[in-house]
Amino acid sequence: MGSRASTLLREEEIEEIKKETGFSHSQITRLYSRFTSLDKGENGTLSREDFQRIPELAINPLGDRIINAFFPEGEDQVNFRGFMRTLAHFRPIEDNEKNKDPSGTEPLNSRTNKLLFAFRLYDLDRDDKISRDELLQVLRMMVGVNISDEQLGSIADRTIQEADQNGDNSISFNEFIKVLEKVDVEQKMSIRFLH
Amino acid sequence: MGWFLLPFDNLLCMLLGISFTVWFTLLLVFIIVPAIFGVSFGIRRLYMKTLLKVFGWATLRIERGAKEKNHLIYKPYSNGIIAKEPMSLEEEIKEIRRSGSSRDLGAASQEFEMSDIFYFCRRGVESIMDDEVTKRFSAEELESWNLLTRSNYNFQHISLRLTVLWGLGVLVRYGFLLPLRVTLAFTGVGLLVVLTSIVGLLPSGRTKNFLSEKVHLMCYRICVRALTAIITYHNSENKPKNGGICVANHTSPIDVIILASDGCYAMVGQIHGGLMGVIQRAMVKACPHIWFERSEVKDRHLVAKRLSDHVEDKTKLPILIFPEGTCINNTSVMMFKKGSFEIGTTVYPVAIKYDPRFAEAFWNSSKYGMVNYLLRMMSSWAVVCSVWYLPPMRREEGEDAVQFANRVKAAIARQGGLVDLLWDGGLKRAKVKDTFKEEQQKLYSKMLVGRENYKPGACIIAHK
Repeated sequence: MGSRASTLLREEEIEEIKKETGFSHSQITRLYSRFTSLDKGENGTLSREDFQRIPELAINPLGDRIINAFFPEGEDQVNFRGFMRTLAHFRPIEDNEKNKDPSGTEPLNSRTNKLLFAFRLYDLDRDDKISRDELLQVLRMMVGVNISDEQLGSIADRTIQEADQNGDNSISFNEFIKVLEKVDVEQKMSIRFLH
Repeated sequence: MGWFLLPFDNLLCMLLGISFTVWFTLLLVFIIVPAIFGVSFGIRRLYMKTLLKVFGWATLRIERGAKEKNHLIYKPYSNGIIAKEPMSLEEEIKEIRRSGSSRDLGAASQEFEMSDIFYFCRRGVESIMDDEVTKRFSAEELESWNLLTRSNYNFQHISLRLTVLWGLGVLVRYGFLLPLRVTLAFTGVGLLVVLTSIVGLLPSGRTKNFLSEKVHLMCYRICVRALTAIITYHNSENKPKNGGICVANHTSPIDVIILASDGCYAMVGQIHGGLMGVIQRAMVKACPHIWFERSEVKDRHLVAKRLSDHVEDKTKLPILIFPEGTCINNTSVMMFKKGSFEIGTTVYPVAIKYDPRFAEAFWNSSKYGMVNYLLRMMSSWAVVCSVWYLPPMRREEGEDAVQFANRVKAAIARQGGLVDLLWDGGLKRAKVKDTFKEEQQKLYSKMLVGRENYKPGACIIAHK
């Protein structure tokens, strides 16, 4: 396990990450220990293989899409800052943050950013639109071989019909937000720490 | 100048000679003779109590040091760092859909919602933050410091006094304990090879069995002392008997020494070359162990046949098997391979739990080789463990080998205070099978188009 966890991560770095992500000091050191234990190559970055080694993630139908969310466009390695930045989306929204003054940049774990994370799981080519094709591909990942092409096609069509408002046969981020406006995103896309 | 040094030379030789003699006599009296007769002076337990007091003090100093500087200490938690919902796939997706819909759904919502993805998303990220499997293949983190560099996470809070104590510890461990232990180890193994070969020359019969038992026990006891192992055996009335199979959870190769120093077993394994091979070949001369050639190991039927033949012969010793197939870090018990549970005989479960404060008993075979591991073990403070002999179990009517294996596993996990996992220990090195992902996909598909379209598949892993 990351046996020198709290010493290799400097205090200044912890402060920076704290400011950027909102995680507490102990949460950051704990996640750093987790990061180093996943980093089998011990080079300070994680590759896709490092993630795929987690059995519970490997059996998740959308495992590959989630892993992809950690890697910026075109890159194959993610360092600890990037790791934390992505995980920050799942930090629960605290009450004192809800009424924050909108003058600063939006926190990574805001409702909008959580929805953006989910949107990007659907949006395979990162063009800020979910096309029928992309929706079909993601649906296929989730159901495997258990549903026929026609049925899946009709599910995709119906979904786009319900969500699409400007008639371009794809779902933009704003249309996505509208469809999910009643869902308790704050709770369903948050992971609580025990300590 | 030469003549001046001569008397000193002689003196030196004399001193060395005397110290060697004293050394060996002490060794013989305090360690080897008790090992032969199976008695104990109680020195090791006293040692253990002293160590615990010292560790407690060390941890307090670290905490005090950290408080003075107003820093936070890294405290490991082995029970997981995030809260996981114990709901099934179905329940959670239904809840998500219910919260997002203005329609009154009732019991059946069979349509896809874009919010369904939240379930997979959150589960996936939860497993990235903390999963049940990968942490079983690395050493458990300790909550208090045991003065070993290898288990310290709070370096910057060590005061001067603590450093001195640690230095003293290093001196004691490497300067005194390690040479002592290595000597004992060589003595134990050497005696094992020589004496079993001698016993092997006798004709088969009661004398041979009796002598073989005594020889094996004596040599294993010397090896136990070579590790300064302080073992507490519970429920010895349930000790395995001839014609049975003893199964235990596996943490390290030392498990064998720990169990075999309290009873005689027939070992099962692959024949190795080198020193291990010599030991194996010598042991099998005195009493029948089951060694396989490398080529035979793959042949499951051959293995099963040899095992059943062995258990049918009631004069032969109980077989010792570790069904996990690999070393796990002693916080959990992973999937038991069903092979040993298909042979229709009594199974004697044994639970072994190591106390992690004294040594890191888990052998991380992907990180350390065997020799490196043994040296680490011998330079730790001690190996403290508890062994529980559980009541014997038999396969019941209508129970198949896998269910029987899981029942035995659950009993061992409960007794040892370990987490009972369904995951395969083989995941240490191999990738997880695709069938598990297909199970997830099946479950989700049912939610989309209704149950009538499916044959109910056996869900091997309950993904809660």
